[in-house]
Amino acid sequence: MDRRHLRQQVTYVRKSLFDQGYLDDQFMQLEDLQDDANPNFVEEIVASFYSDSARLIQNIEQALVSRPVDFGKLDDCMHQFKGSSSSIGAKKVNMECSQFREYCCAGNIEGCIRTFQQIKQEHATLRKKLENFFQLARQAGQAETA
Amino acid sequence: MEIAGEILRRSLPEEVGVSYGSSSDSEELHVLAVDDSYVDRKVIERLLRISSCKVTAVESGTRALQFLGLDGEKNSVGFSDLKVNLIMTDYSMPGMTGYELLKKIKESSAFREIPVVIMSSENILARIDRCLEEGAEEFIVKPVKLSDVKRLKDFIMKGDGEEKGRRTILKRKMQDDIFSLSSQFPASDSVSSELESSTPLYLSKRPKLLNRG
Repeated sequence: MDRRHLRQQVTYVRKSLFDQGYLDDQFMQLEDLQDDANPNFVEEIVASFYSDSARLIQNIEQALVSRPVDFGKLDDCMHQFKGSSSSIGAKKVNMECSQFREYCCAGNIEGCIRTFQQIKQEHATLRKKLENFFQLARQAGQAETA
Repeated sequence: MEIAGEILRRSLPEEVGVSYGSSSDSEELHVLAVDDSYVDRKVIERLLRISSCKVTAVESGTRALQFLGLDGEKNSVGFSDLKVNLIMTDYSMPGMTGYELLKKIKESSAFREIPVVIMSSENILARIDRCLEEGAEEFIVKPVKLSDVKRLKDFIMKGDGEEKGRRTILKRKMQDDIFSLSSQFPASDSVSSELESSTPLYLSKRPKLLNRG
């Protein structure tokens, strides 16, 4: 693939991530923090998010199965996870988290469990899409210097 | 050398005699950022560095107090010789909340002049009210943007006697407004979704400081 084609692909993939609602403005805010001295900042933050969120997901899972259900603890755990996901602009994940918190406030454990499955799915989907995007961007960048 | 340093430290009074409003030693502001989220710490560090600020990022209120030398050791001075020009703290943290940290800082004669900014992902009027009343300079809804940091930096760089006087008046007026507003709403920490989704009322009251345009 030649450089121009690669760059077009990167632009297209990036645009579709926003158009399809996977990412929001916060991701762009992070992109603005990238420069020549820190060219991989966004990728690094996303990597940090995914490594950190594994722990947060585990916390939520534990809180979901423990009986009696401690909705306060569940909400606290989700609050942490939601905070991180909104910090990287993970729009769909974030929306599902809001839904989860509503069920939590209502004391609806089934709603929480159902929504949490959605969250995990969106979380995994976004990961793949971002990995693909970063890889493409890297290829395009390398093609540039060749 | 080390022993001499320790003796010197113990003999220093609690107020170390630095002016927190100005950046007389160097042009770079030193910001102490407090957040239990690893991701958020990385982001705030980057936001501040890109805005030419020195950053110390810690994960808890306890660590922040240790850094400042306020951790209960009566005569200890903080680990760093760098004076802190601004403290930015997350509100919801396990252990010590940002609010509790704010109170401790404002109770300290050495550090009460340092502007403290509270960051929170939740836009709750009663919470904002409480923080501002306790002396927080500003309450920023997360995620924090570059424009927020730039605005804060400008605000602090401009800080001198006259400005501070004006600031106090502005803060008091705004507090009066918020008190009269908050009396119209139920005094609870939870807010209806309608209120949360509308533009926070305090924004319109403090156009200079909180205009997020």
